[in-house]
Order: sequence, then structure tokens, then C-alpha cells
Amino acid sequence: MSNALPPGLPAPAQEPVAKPYWEGTRTNKLMIQRCTGCGAHQWGPEWVCHRCHSFDLGWEEVAPRGRIWSWQRPHHPVHPALNGHGPYTIVLVELPEAGNVRMVGNLLCAPDAKVEIGAEVEAVFEPHDDADPPYTLVQWRAKG
Amino acid sequence: MSERTLRGKVAIAGIGETTYYKHGHSPDAEFKLALQAVLAACRDAGIDPKEVDGFASYGNDRSEAVRLAAALGIKELRFSNMHWGGGGGGVAASVANAAAAVHSGMANCVIAFRSLAQGQFARYGRGAAVPAASGDDAFLFPYGLMSPAQRFAMKITRFMTEHGIKHEALRSIAMASYHHAQTNPSAVMYGRPLTEEKYDASRWIVEPFHRLFDCCQENDGAGAVLVVPADRAKDLPHKPTYLLGTAQGGHHRSAAPVHNAPDYASAHFPTVAKNMWAMAKLGPQDVDVVQAYENFTGGVLLSLVEHGFVDPKTANEFLVLENLLAPTGKMPMNTSGGNLAECYMHGLEMVNEAVRQLRGTANNQVPDANVVAVLGGPMVTPVSSLVLGTEATL
Ligand SMILES: [Zn+2]
Repeated sequence: MSNALPPGLPAPAQEPVAKPYWEGTRTNKLMIQRCTGCGAHQWGPEWVCHRCHSFDLGWEEVAPRGRIWSWQRPHHPVHPALNGHGPYTIVLVELPEAGNVRMVGNLLCAPDAKVEIGAEVEAVFEPHDDADPPYTLVQWRAKG
Repeated sequence: MSERTLRGKVAIAGIGETTYYKHGHSPDAEFKLALQAVLAACRDAGIDPKEVDGFASYGNDRSEAVRLAAALGIKELRFSNMHWGGGGGGVAASVANAAAAVHSGMANCVIAFRSLAQGQFARYGRGAAVPAASGDDAFLFPYGLMSPAQRFAMKITRFMTEHGIKHEALRSIAMASYHHAQTNPSAVMYGRPLTEEKYDASRWIVEPFHRLFDCCQENDGAGAVLVVPADRAKDLPHKPTYLLGTAQGGHHRSAAPVHNAPDYASAHFPTVAKNMWAMAKLGPQDVDVVQAYENFTGGVLLSLVEHGFVDPKTANEFLVLENLLAPTGKMPMNTSGGNLAECYMHGLEMVNEAVRQLRGTANNQVPDANVVAVLGGPMVTPVSSLVLGTEATL
């Protein structure tokens, strides 16, 4: 399967605060922060729980599915790697099984596909094994 | 305890601006543009530039206060202030910070300004060329989400879809700015009118609500205003323009990482607008002219809604061109051409236009304008807004 976008876009830095997320994606697991103090889910990663101020943030594997909260379809290339590529679809996906946190990814679909807010989607793990260091992106497709 | 407020305490005594250029076309360096705007504001106020004792700016302006103070031979620098946040979110905050310094006695005569030469430096509309994306960007850049238009687009999609607002409402916002620029010889888009056909035929930047004419241009230039205590403004050449209310900031977790703000489909003004109206002791119904920062027309819509100027339920009917035009529209807006068509000076040009409207000297003058609102750059966070008024409003 080809990747959602052409090669050459910036890779994620895989910083310490987000390490368990990036490690999880390498084994096709969706890991997000969950506070061991109050149980709140939190995304993106931060050093403190926004609800109870505990620094004891754990990580939990969550169901790799959700629903489209919003979307956009860029046409104008914002990076040299996208020159000549044409429109692609970005979705904001809400995860109802993980405290309704939201994640950003590409929707794997035709460039003119109709996109509906509320539609159910599931994660597709997209490995970039040749990158140094390797990483895996989380993409989304309509739930089959 | 006396009431803590800036209402009526300070005035904008002078406004200044350079020639406005298409991006990359300024013959002058960015810092020279800043100097020109500062000197113009002092000249307009009839105040010796060496009396200026403070500078306030935003958007990480590169023309640093200490360099300005040294270059202009300022006697004593008493206030230097940079407001956090990108783009024009801080435009009203820079005036507010200058005002707070003046009212508190920290300084006497403070310039709020913005200088931009995007030919000399990087442009905004493209992602930074970095090998690895860090922070929030690690979860956005690899998916091709990098530019300001893209950062805001999903908020706008969500809001417009939820409320059934049509793209034509955004077209009216764009056309109002271009319309007013046609009678403003200083505007970059002077002589370049926008028609419905031209708008509808323009290319997509981002579907479903960002065509080319929904997006601001990028420009070179500088703008500045001079803030002094209200008492002093009475003895200066121009009719005084008073600060009535101002606020900055963002609502609960508006900057939550990776698009996780609880109130997501927002321009980030709900609390800011409430606080501004409370200080001004006014509401949207009292405003004669609106200057609403356009980075993207969708952001203007959300900004107008959150300040109470537009009800989402009637947005399609209300946001038609005739309602937005000076002198007779129900809500004359962006009367000098705004960011879209006068100049993308990160909103500082709108503060200048607000002052001209209150002095009665605008190109597209709204008769007897006594209250003008300036809604700063929407969709970023923090944001800021202000209301100015004539002596009659005190
Ligand atoms: Zn907690």
C-alpha cells in the first residue's frame, strides 16, 4: 500500500514527552496519555494532567477507531514535497472510547470523495521504515 | 477601591504608516519601515519623537524596542513589551499594553507598532523547511498540515457545517474589503476590484471554505500609533480618540495541543469579547464601524459571531455586501480595505483606520462615527480586541 502523502515531508521528532505514543505505533497500537491520578485521557501529550495537575501520567492503549469531528482538503502545496501532488484530505478524529480526545491524520480516500462530519473511521498504521529513526504515522479510513 | 479600568484613561494621539507594498517589493529594510511609521505617528500627534518612552508590539516583531530607542535617540526607555502569540492576535493587545503602561504611570508616551518586510524575511503561507517537526507540529506536519490557513480550516468547517452557513457569506466579507479599497489610494488593491464572478472562479486553497480571495495577501510596510494619557490628548492637534475597552487572552484551554480545545469551532474570543464589552460599558449595538481582522474570511465570521455582531442563525441573510459598506450599511466593516485589500499589516492598519473614522477623516467615512471596534486577529490564541470612541462617548 502506498503512503497517504509523497515522501519528503518533515518526520515527527519523537520527543521524550510523546515516546510511548511513537513506540506504540511501531507495533500498530494507539497509545495515549491517561492520568493515573484522576483517570482523564489527554491528547496531545503534556507533562502534567490538565485536570488534577498530577505529573503521574500513564499511557493506555485505546481502540483505534473514532468519528470525524472536522475535515479539510488542501489544494495549495504548503511544502516542496507536495508540489504537483494535488488535493489531499486531513481529518480531525474524535475518539469516543478515549474521553473524546481528538487526533489529526489523513483520510485515505479519493481526492474528491465526500467527507461527512460524524462518519465512523478506523486507524491505519503507515510505517516509514526507511526513515532514520523509523516511525509510523496513524492514518484513517472509512469504517468498513 | 476605585474601579480598575482603562475606559477613557488614555487616547491615541497620533497614527502613522508607511507606503504599503506587495510582499517583497519594499525598497526599504524592515527596520527602516518601522522607523518611518513611528516618526509619522509622532508627527501626526505633534509630539517630539524623543519624548517617546515606550514601545509595544506583537507577533514577534523583529524591530526591537531598544534598537528603536537607540536609533531615535530616545532620552529614556521606560516600557518595552512584546505580546506572546503569532500573527495579528496581539494587535489590540499591543495598544492595550501601551495603554496600561501609560495609565499606570510606568510610561508617558508609548508607541504600539508592527513592521513587516516579508520579502526580507520568511513568508507565512508555507510551512517551515525543517527535517523533523517537534512539539504540536510533530502530530501535524507529517500529515501536510502546516500553514495558518490549514491550522484554522477545520474550525471553520465545523462551525459552518453545524450552523448551515454558506460560502456566499464569506464572499461578502471579502468583497466589502475590496470595495472599500477602491476609494483608498493607499490600498495595495486600489484599482483592483473584486467581483462575485472573480471570487467564485478563484482557485481553492483549502476546501471547503478557503478560495484564494478568502485568504489574506502578504505585504511589506509598517504602522504605528502613539498612546498618551487622556488629559494630554486634549492639547494636541487632532480630535482625541479614547480607548473605551480592551481585552486579550483565550477561553478555557483554547491552546490545547493537537486541535483538542474543548470549544473547538471558535475564533477564541468568547471570554475576550465579554471582557472588552464589560470594560467599554457598551455592546455590539453601540458600534458605528467595525474593523475585523481578516486572515481568512471564515475567521472574520467567527470573530463577528463571538463579539455579538452576527447571529449564526441569520448569518446567511445578514452577511450580504450592502450591509457591510460605508457609509450607509447596517454594519460598515473594514472601511479602508482591511488586511485583504488595504494591507496585511497584521491589523495595525485597522487601528489607524478606526482613529480616522473617529476623527472624521476616513476615505470611506461613516457619518458621525462615535464608536469603532477593532477585532484583532482571530483563530490564533491569544487574541485581542478593543473599542475606541470620541469624547461624546465618555
Ligand atoms: Zn489527572
